[in-house]
Amino acid sequence: MPSQLVRDNLRTNKLPHIWCAGCSNGIAMRAISQAIENLGFDKKKVCIVSGIGCSSRTSGYMNYNTLHTTHGRAIAFATGVKLANPNLKVMVVTGDGDCSAIGGNHLIHAARRNIDITTIVFNNNIYGMTGGQFSPTTPMENYGTTAPYGNMEKPFDICNLAAAAGATYVARGTTYHVNPLVKLLEKAMIKKGFALVDVMSTCPTYYGRKNKKGTPAKMLKYFKDNTIDTKRVEKLSKEQLENKIIIGEFKNTDELEFTDKYLELIKGWEG
Amino acid sequence: MKVKQIKLMQGNEACVEGALAAGMKFFGGYPITPSTEISEISALKLPRVGGKFIQMEDEIAGIAATIGASLTGLKSMTATSGPGFSLKQENIGYAMLAEIPCVIVDVQRGGPSTGMPTAPSQSDIMQAKWGTHGDHPVIALSPNSVSETFHLTIRAFNLAEKYRTPVFLMLDEVVAHMREKIEIPVASELEIFDRVRPEENDTKYMAYKVPANHLVPPMASFGDGFDFHVTGLMHDEFGFPSNDTDNAEKLMNRIMNKVNDNINDIVDYEESFIKDATTIVLAYGITARSAINAVKTARERGHKVGLFRPTTIWPSPEKQIKKLLKNVKKIIVAELNLGQYVLEIERIVAGQAEVFFLGKANGEIITPTEILTKIEEVI
Ligand SMILES: Cc1ncc(C[n+]2csc(CCOP(=O)(O)OP(=O)(O)O)c2C)c(N)n1
Ligand code: SF4
Repeated sequence: MPSQLVRDNLRTNKLPHIWCAGCSNGIAMRAISQAIENLGFDKKKVCIVSGIGCSSRTSGYMNYNTLHTTHGRAIAFATGVKLANPNLKVMVVTGDGDCSAIGGNHLIHAARRNIDITTIVFNNNIYGMTGGQFSPTTPMENYGTTAPYGNMEKPFDICNLAAAAGATYVARGTTYHVNPLVKLLEKAMIKKGFALVDVMSTCPTYYGRKNKKGTPAKMLKYFKDNTIDTKRVEKLSKEQLENKIIIGEFKNTDELEFTDKYLELIKGWEG
Repeated sequence: MKVKQIKLMQGNEACVEGALAAGMKFFGGYPITPSTEISEISALKLPRVGGKFIQMEDEIAGIAATIGASLTGLKSMTATSGPGFSLKQENIGYAMLAEIPCVIVDVQRGGPSTGMPTAPSQSDIMQAKWGTHGDHPVIALSPNSVSETFHLTIRAFNLAEKYRTPVFLMLDEVVAHMREKIEIPVASELEIFDRVRPEENDTKYMAYKVPANHLVPPMASFGDGFDFHVTGLMHDEFGFPSNDTDNAEKLMNRIMNKVNDNINDIVDYEESFIKDATTIVLAYGITARSAINAVKTARERGHKVGLFRPTTIWPSPEKQIKKLLKNVKKIIVAELNLGQYVLEIERIVAGQAEVFFLGKANGEIITPTEILTKIEEVI
C-alpha cells in the first residue's frame, strides 16, 4: 500500500513508473511531492510542466495539472501557462539535457525575465532516455555512448548558469540528501521569481555503467562522500574542492517578478 | 451589416483587430518581417483589454507559450514568417496531437532561407500542409484583402476552438502590408465560437474522450479543478501515454477525421464568372487580386473564363473543383511559388482537365497582364 504522501500526490493508477530499477528519479519526484505537501499548496493550482527525457516523465505521475511537452521546451510552455494564469503555481521538471542543451536558450531567458517558475532539474550527467549519450553536464573525460574516447567538452554548472542569467533563487541538492533537498525545493517553490534547483540524480543504467560507478546504492553513496555545503566552501582550498559537488543555496534575492509587472500594466488600463 | 468603424489599415493590423474581435487574450511571438506589425500591435492592444503579450526568445518559444496559454483557457495566437514558421513546426505538431486550439499566422515572404524578407510569396503553402512530421490534420486559410484578413482571422479562431486544433492564417507580404478601406462590423454582427468546456461538476471527465453529439473532447483549463494530463505522446482517452496499437489507430483516425468529416463546414471559396466558364483561373491570396482583373479583361474579349478562389487552402476544396470539371476543360493555377498548390489541383483533377501552371519566385507579384497572357495562350 503506497504511503499517504504518495496517495495524495501521485497518480497511483499510473504506477509502477517506467524508470529503471535503481534510478533515483523516483526519489526526486517524492521530494517534490513532499515539498508541495509541506507547503500546503492548493493542488488544483499546481501545474507541472516537463520536457522530454526519463526525468520529464515525472509529470505523468503527479496528480496535479500536468503538461508533458516537447524536448527542451518545457520552460517556454510554462512561461505561457504562467503569464496566462498567474494564479497557478507553475513548476518545470526537466533533465540536464532537456534544460541546458536543447532548452538552454529558454532557461536563460526565463531566468533573465524573472518569471515565477520553479525549475527542478534532474541532473544525472547523461542523456538517459536515448541511451547514454554525453550531455552538457557530463564531466570531462567521462564516457557516454557518443563519447567513446571520453568527453572532450567542458561541462556547464547549471547553477552558475541560472544565477548569472538572473534567476532569483538557485540551489543544488542530491537524491542522497533527501531532507535538505526537500527544504531547498520548498524555498524555491515559495520564491516569487525564477527559481532553479539542480537535483543531482543517478542513472545507473547508462552513466553508471559507462563510467564504472558501481551499484545504484554506491552511486548514491558517492553523493554522500563527495558533496560540500556552500556554507563550507569558503573555508576550503582549491585542492580540497576538486571534483566535489557543492550543494546548498547559491543565490536568494528578491526582485520584481515578470507576471506581477504585467498585471500592474493591465491594471493601469482598467476602469 | 451594422458597421462600427470605417478605417484605412494594413492587413497585419486587420489581423490583430480580427483576433481581438474573436476574443484573443494571449499572443506569444518573435519579430520577423513581414509579420512584425502583428506583434507590435498585439503588444500595444492586448494589455488594454486584459490580455497578455510576450515577446519570447525565439519562434519555438513563441508557439510553446501560445499553446501553454491556450491550456489555461485563453484564446491565443502567434505570428511569424517563413524562417520562423519552419522553427515552429515541431510544436505545431504537438498542438495537433494534443488538440490545443491556437492560431498561427504566417506572413509569407520570398525564397527559402532568409530569402527576400520584404518581398511577397506564397511559398509556404506546402509547409503548412506537411511542415510538421507525422500525419496530422491541417486547416489553413488565405485572405486576399485587408477586410477579408479581418474576417478570416476571426474564422481561424472559430475553427481552432471548434475543432480543437491549430489553424494557419496564410497571409502574403502584400496583403499584410497594403492599406485598404475596411468596415469593421459591430460586435453583435460577428459570429464567435468558444471552445466547449466540460461541465463544472463532471467528476468523470476524460480529457480525450468525445462524448455523444460532440465534435471533439470538451477542453478543461489548467486551474479549473480538473486534474488532467496533456502529452505529445500517443495517449489514451484519459490523456496518458499509451503504446497500444489499436488506441493509436483510433486516435489518429479521430484527429484526422474531425477535419475530413467536416469539410463542408471548413472549406470556403469564392467563384466569379464560373457559370459558363470552360477555362478557370485558380488563385488565392494576393494572386487572386491580379487574377480577377485578368479574368474580367478576358471576359471583355469574349473568352469564357472564370475565377475559382479558395479561401480555405487546407483542406482543399476537392468536391467543388470536381464539380467544376463538368464544364471546365482547362485550369490555370497561378501562385507565387514554383509549383505547390498546383500539385494538389492536379491530384484532384486527375486528368479530367488540362492543368496549366503560372508561378513566380522572384519577389514580385504575378501581374494581371501575365495572367491574361497565360489565359490567351492556353485558350
Ligand atoms: C527534438 C528532439 N530531439 C531529440 C530527441 C531525443 N531525446 C529524447 S530525450 C533526450 C535526452 C534526454 O536527456 P535529459 O534531458 O538529460 O533527460 P534524462 O533522460 O537523462 O532524464 C533526447 C536527446 C527528442 N525527443 N526531440
Ligand atoms: S535510463 Fe537512467 S535516467 Fe533513465 S530511467 Fe533508467 S536509470 Fe533512470
